[in-house]
Amino acid sequence: MSEDAQEQTHGEEAVAEHGAEAAHGADAAHGADAAHGAEGGLQIHPMDQFIVEPLFGDGPISFYTITNVTLWMMLAIVGVFVLMVLGSRGRAIVPSRAQSVAELTYGFIRKMVEDVAGKDALAFFPYIMTLFLFIVMANFLGLIPTSFTTTSHIAVTAVLAMAVFLTVTVVGFVKNGAGFLGLFWVSSAPLPLRPILAIIELISYFVRPVSHSIRLAGNVMAGHAVIKVFAGFAGVLGVGAIAPVVAITAVYGLEVLVAFIQAYVFTILTCVYLRDALHPSH
Amino acid sequence: MEGDLAHIGAGLAAIGSGAAAIGVGHVAGNFLSGALRNPSAAAGQTATLFIGIAFAEALGIFAFLVALLLMFAV
Repeated sequence: MSEDAQEQTHGEEAVAEHGAEAAHGADAAHGADAAHGAEGGLQIHPMDQFIVEPLFGDGPISFYTITNVTLWMMLAIVGVFVLMVLGSRGRAIVPSRAQSVAELTYGFIRKMVEDVAGKDALAFFPYIMTLFLFIVMANFLGLIPTSFTTTSHIAVTAVLAMAVFLTVTVVGFVKNGAGFLGLFWVSSAPLPLRPILAIIELISYFVRPVSHSIRLAGNVMAGHAVIKVFAGFAGVLGVGAIAPVVAITAVYGLEVLVAFIQAYVFTILTCVYLRDALHPSH
Repeated sequence: MEGDLAHIGAGLAAIGSGAAAIGVGHVAGNFLSGALRNPSAAAGQTATLFIGIAFAEALGIFAFLVALLLMFAV
């Protein structure tokens, strides 16, 4: 989804270069120019904002390279840290604004875990709270103009989703032993149907991390790409650019909503999976 | 005209997004019609609403994924 995808974005020249660039080694340049040449339809290409670039120098990207993704994930963690430390420092009876935000978030997530996953899932409350705060902070930081949206990359969300998937699977087997396999054996269904349902349940279980990660990345990426498409229209139109600017404002408002709702959905699905692991019987 | 069959396929895959929109609208509309009949029970079911929307949306996102793969990976 990163450089290789960007390089093939547009036009025949990208297709022609594909053979050469597909074997891209260290010198396959990343960045907008490498992606679609000097010429191009829109001045602002909608997918340019997702290019991963190293912060220092222009070398190849390895797993230890500090890129803009690293920077913005760190900023998200710092943001969560500052919010929660400031929020829990005063402990006033009449809360300050930061304390209200921290307390409301805490209560919101705690109630969600308790309602959806059950009382015995509260042991996992710190993990779920961390997930929610990180995703919501990364989403909101990504809404700042010219910033980078880390959650728009499937590489980032896939790690989060795989962590949830592995946690849930391990917890399910530790808590229930082989009884966890009862999740796939629908005992309320007629006996001849059960093997077929078991196969379907098994497939749907393993598709979980895929849909879990792509839902977050897809929604965030699509919204940001839409904003940049309208921005490209504004660049072409000149004086008539007021219409795309109004449209960008409206889409941006929607994106603020999506940033919160997608973090909420990711968290609540984690709770649903956790409930399945703790109480696997159908 | 530029582009090739993969681009046509990506456009066809985008139809799946419209189908997911129908599904999400169905979930939200039915929730609303139920909530208006019994507003006192509605507040407790918003979590179910979002789970339902998320599951309906997941299949549209698979269509989106197919479109992305056709555009960038094929």
